[in-house]
Amino acid sequence: MKNSLRMTKRGTGLSAAVLASAALVLSGCGAPPEEGGSSAAPSAVDYTGCIVSDAGGFDDRSFNQSSYEGLKKAEEDLGIKTKEAESQAETDFGPNVDSMVQAGCDMVLTVGFLLGDVTKEAAKDNPDTNFAIVDYSDPEFSDNVKPIVYDTAQAAFMAGYAAAGMSQTGKVATYGGLNIPTVTIFMDGFADGVAYYNEQKGKNVELLGWNKESQNGTFNGGFDNQGKGKTDTQNFINEGADVIMPVAGPVGLGTLDAVIEANEGKPAEEQVKVVWVDSDGYETAGKAEEYILTSVMKLMGQAVEEVISTDVEGKFDSSPYVGTLENGGVALAPFHDFDSKVPADLKKELDEIKAGIISGDIKVESKASPK
Amino acid sequence: MSNEQKTERQLSRTAAHDEEVRLEAAAELGDGNQAPPAVPAGAQSGELQPGLRESQSLMQRIATGNALVAVLAVIMSLILGGLLIAITDERVAEAAGYFFARPGDMLSAAWTAASEAYLALFQGAVFNWEADTFAGMIYPLTQTLTVATPLICAGLGVALAFRAGLFNIGAQGQMIIGATLAAWVGFTWHLPVGLHLLLVIIAGIVGGAFWAGIVGLLKAKTGAHEVILTIMLNYVAINLVLYLLTTPAFQRPGSSNPISPQLDDTALYPLMFGDGFRLHWGFVVAIALTVLVSWLLNRSTIGFELRAVGANPTAARTAGISVTKGYVVVMVIAGALAGLAGVAQVAGTEHVLTAGVAASFGFDAITVALLGRSTPWGTFAAGLLFGAFRAGGVVMQTNTGTSIDIVLVVQSLIVLFIAAPPLVRSVFRLPAPGAVRKGPKARKNATAGGAA
Repeated sequence: MKNSLRMTKRGTGLSAAVLASAALVLSGCGAPPEEGGSSAAPSAVDYTGCIVSDAGGFDDRSFNQSSYEGLKKAEEDLGIKTKEAESQAETDFGPNVDSMVQAGCDMVLTVGFLLGDVTKEAAKDNPDTNFAIVDYSDPEFSDNVKPIVYDTAQAAFMAGYAAAGMSQTGKVATYGGLNIPTVTIFMDGFADGVAYYNEQKGKNVELLGWNKESQNGTFNGGFDNQGKGKTDTQNFINEGADVIMPVAGPVGLGTLDAVIEANEGKPAEEQVKVVWVDSDGYETAGKAEEYILTSVMKLMGQAVEEVISTDVEGKFDSSPYVGTLENGGVALAPFHDFDSKVPADLKKELDEIKAGIISGDIKVESKASPK
Repeated sequence: MSNEQKTERQLSRTAAHDEEVRLEAAAELGDGNQAPPAVPAGAQSGELQPGLRESQSLMQRIATGNALVAVLAVIMSLILGGLLIAITDERVAEAAGYFFARPGDMLSAAWTAASEAYLALFQGAVFNWEADTFAGMIYPLTQTLTVATPLICAGLGVALAFRAGLFNIGAQGQMIIGATLAAWVGFTWHLPVGLHLLLVIIAGIVGGAFWAGIVGLLKAKTGAHEVILTIMLNYVAINLVLYLLTTPAFQRPGSSNPISPQLDDTALYPLMFGDGFRLHWGFVVAIALTVLVSWLLNRSTIGFELRAVGANPTAARTAGISVTKGYVVVMVIAGALAGLAGVAQVAGTEHVLTAGVAASFGFDAITVALLGRSTPWGTFAAGLLFGAFRAGGVVMQTNTGTSIDIVLVVQSLIVLFIAAPPLVRSVFRLPAPGAVRKGPKARKNATAGGAA
């Protein structure tokens, strides 16, 4: 979306330049399309999927963006029509969802627990429209709402184990944006993973920034202050942590900045590493890929597309979609650049852990896990 | 006598007057002649200096008055917004690619993009001609009124402080604290119909008034600048509510999401037109408040004193008006109004307390007050306009795919143009106020306005 915006701006900017200078710039001299020959091809199916973001917007590098991309992918693959409404503030939620229903959407997808109440009410008032909501579930939902939730702690457990295994200093760290369940579930899983490593190996790797017992730790106070993310990360590095997992959306970029600075001139084994969250940071973060050990992925786009395609087929059901390691809704990303540096033993143990979690032999418990 | 001289002479007084001096020095900031006034010129004028105005013809007064500038600022912003919509539209960009082969295509595409977006804005804000039922047709209008309610309340608070020469940026924080207290009363206490809502409203008033009262008190006692104080207290308020929402007292049982329980039905403003509409009686409260503030400013002794303090604190003090008391009183009332905006949110539309309960209404309120030239009914009208922008923006986004940020751009441009009346005047070739006197002096009057 951002790219297209930039392109259109450049396009008109060029033609303005042509106007002004009358130079031999070729833009603006293209051939016009044939008159009347531009009727768009009809959509493959008569279905409109709609999405309402929370206040983060569709470019939040987090759940709004992933869900939006899932919807766009469904548009491409299934040929459905889409409508989108970006909420600027929480007061926009109600009107946005209303206007989607008014606009005749077959499915209204809402993102985030803050839209829970609005979605619940809209679903009750409009039994003919289907709803899906990401990251929130409520027993009082009527049967036209499908909650899409994630047991992220499972993948974060693996990340915690991997981080503990890769730490040279014996200290790893994590911090969050806000102390809310969708954030702390990462931190709980990470903490459990570290603890499991200590238990298995008889080591004493320390976790900074989160105490699972007291459910308290380091929080940024939001999801937009990258400077604070950088400072928090520098503090962790000063305290000796060498693997850091920021759970704060774009604030994680501040962590990458701090890590780039800290790693300058250090030998490879002493370098600080980062565990990214939500998407595969190696592909999405856009910088410091070489320091991203792995990522705790929440594959929202995939779930969104799946929910929509079952609804297009007329097989909608309201049972919650719970993303787990088993169904691939959550996963640990590949190690990419670290692939050669991660010991084969550790990789093998991680595979065993994954199998253990799927089979239920290893319990990953978080207060924030979907019930 | 220049201000420096004046301040110097004051400094040589006894120590007992120290505090007063500091106050005056601070007040001088808003005084006009030297530093640019923090408060729009017209906001301070009123009937206090009729001399300047009397020498002008009626036509001149309309042409140079702020009302016209405000309207023109809105029009200019809408035109620029339209251009922006056209520039960012994909069809326009496509047509621009063959501009020389068929220039009409780009122009018509640009026109279509902008006019469609604005039509959708109108359709979402005032009247939906495509609806099947009458209720559906007027639904957008009720939405506008609903959104305007908190804007009007908070805008009145900001406007009132403007008139007393205080730049109250803190409506956001006052709204949040008012909403927090009101919501807490709303979901914790379970009381009979009527009494409950009344207490919710009182809690909102107390919360907002307390938060703003701190500012008034600090300014009066220590001379601290209200802009700094209000901005900082905004941060304190938002972080305080974030913290409170992590405590069980503000969370739903069995959940740790930062969202409060729903307010009891008895704590809510009743809906005006039944379930189909979101419009609630808070809007009537907003109208009543406008009447009240209008009376307060123009008919009451307090209002006269506040305006006197705003126009010239030194003169007001000489006339025997307590400037310190004035600051506290005006901030308390302004905060109460912002608190009522918070009540309109929790008891009117949202029904829960979250960290974003005040949206950006507290900041929009500043624009609303500016656009309304700090008069109660001007603020009311500006609140309606901004309510329409917000309500219509939602439909514009859904129906035409135009980014809702355009609305924000238009709002920001309005502020820009209002803050620079000479710019608007030169674009529309209006005479400057006091244009009979040519030269730099006249222009100075144009910017410093009635405060001079």
